[in-house]
Amino acid sequence: MFIRTVFAALIAVAGSAAVALDDPQTVLQDPMGSGMWNYHQKGLLGDPADIRFDDRVVLRAPDSAEDSLNVPLLVDATAIPDVKRIVISADYGPIPHILTYYPEQAEPKLALRFKIDQATAIRASVETQSGSWHIGSTYIDAAGGGCTAPANAYASDDWEEKLGEVHGRLWSASGRARLVVDHPMDTGLADGIPVFIIQDLSLQTEDGTPLARLELHEPVNEDPAFTFYFDAGALPASVKVMGRDNNGNRIRGVLSEGELN
Amino acid sequence: MLTRRTTLGLLASLPLAPRAFAQARLSYDLTAKPLADGIWMVEGATEYFSMENGGAIVNVTLMKGDSGLILFDTGSSRRYGEALASLARSLDIRGISAVVNTHHHPDHFFGNQIFADRPIHALGGTRQAALDEGEAFADNMYRLLGDWMRGTEVVPPSDVIAGGELALDGRDFLALPLGGHTGADLALMDRRTGTLVAGDLVFYNRAPTTPSADIPRWQQALEALQAEKPALVIPGHGPADPTGASITQTRDYLGWLDGTLRAGARSGLDMVELMETPLPDRFAGMGAQPQEYQRSVAHLFPGIEREELPRGN
Ligand SMILES: [Zn+2]
Repeated sequence: MFIRTVFAALIAVAGSAAVALDDPQTVLQDPMGSGMWNYHQKGLLGDPADIRFDDRVVLRAPDSAEDSLNVPLLVDATAIPDVKRIVISADYGPIPHILTYYPEQAEPKLALRFKIDQATAIRASVETQSGSWHIGSTYIDAAGGGCTAPANAYASDDWEEKLGEVHGRLWSASGRARLVVDHPMDTGLADGIPVFIIQDLSLQTEDGTPLARLELHEPVNEDPAFTFYFDAGALPASVKVMGRDNNGNRIRGVLSEGELN
Repeated sequence: MLTRRTTLGLLASLPLAPRAFAQARLSYDLTAKPLADGIWMVEGATEYFSMENGGAIVNVTLMKGDSGLILFDTGSSRRYGEALASLARSLDIRGISAVVNTHHHPDHFFGNQIFADRPIHALGGTRQAALDEGEAFADNMYRLLGDWMRGTEVVPPSDVIAGGELALDGRDFLALPLGGHTGADLALMDRRTGTLVAGDLVFYNRAPTTPSADIPRWQQALEALQAEKPALVIPGHGPADPTGASITQTRDYLGWLDGTLRAGARSGLDMVELMETPLPDRFAGMGAQPQEYQRSVAHLFPGIEREELPRGN
């Protein structure tokens, strides 16, 4: 009798522990129904209590990825006030976290490209300064394989010379800063090729004041490309690009409203 | 790795799969439209690949030779090749005598295996690209077309031809070795009728596709085709054209596409913003729009942007 009681009690404890492990403290109804969101809500966002899906966070992307190595995505959270950061992720993929954007002086809006491994829900999780989370979603179909393919860079001989090359420009009247940085962005998932990625990338004024900042992860595309959005006329005449990869290579560049090629 | 193709193979071996039904449903209804003396065209839908069209989106040309019919492009699947072979026998009891592949895109050569015992002619660059990229194309075609692709194997062209005067099964052609739609695009002018088999260098009322495109080279190729003053143009996709308007339209579209992407790069636009740009009226009504334009943004914009943006270090 005694033994059975203890056994039942153990099951009860294990049972409630399992519930606590699986479910986030605030359980949401996922509009994408992907089956993975609860898990990412805890693992990626740290299981916040104040969280909801919010149509004001808009994700613009093609329905289907034509090139699984270069999927374009435009995240627009300008309808959310006081944005602190935006976590962009894919529900299904060997590495879900694509990047985190800290808009600082910029608008909470960002255009990027990333590698997709299979059809998946894509999320932009927006945290405000007061700690409330607002999640936007879209779904992208894909043939797959984008994360596990080796970088194209190694097909050419001069990738090492081009490493860290910055191409870009400012458009002050429309408040845009666009840049492309040459980098293989190796995920570490292709056979025999270790992880080699840019980890930090930021825009700064000439005196070092941060304007916008990115933390990049493996799924960001080879030769990462971003558009940052500012209020019209708010950009200074020139902006520094500062970055670093996981091998300690520094990225340095300057964007201005200069001559186009 | 478990690909879509192996999955399909596994499904095919299940005893309970309703195969008879699927096979009855998935059949190509091909008709040969007479165009000129001893020339027929099988006209494809001006659409993208779908389960509804089974990939029958390409134009195929048949011309009378001395010992049978010369076939220009073989369609998207084994089953399509079989349908072509029986259509050919209804026009000429001797069937197909020789085959040409205009280029290495899968809708143009995936019916090759049905004709593997006959000479299959193509440019050297086409043969190499079919060897290099054929399997990846096959994976994607199985994904898009599923059971329509059953049994399809990649059979690259066997006989490499060069440019200039060329006789195929006793019929005289001018072979034009060009490129731009892909790395190697073959156009053939029939000497007897002035009919130009243009392959995918020319599209008509169907948006041009650009996954392997080099637009300046493509424009040069179109100029070369125009200079031949063909009596009739058979485009790779879209209706046959006796006026040459198909070449003009393809040039106009490619010029607009390149200009639009470059102007976008020079204004700091991102790919998504360009994909959302509405098409001008004269291109909006083309088959497979706006999807094909959006695919072209994905194919071409990263390279164009790199050329247009100034260096920042
Ligand atoms: Zn083609």
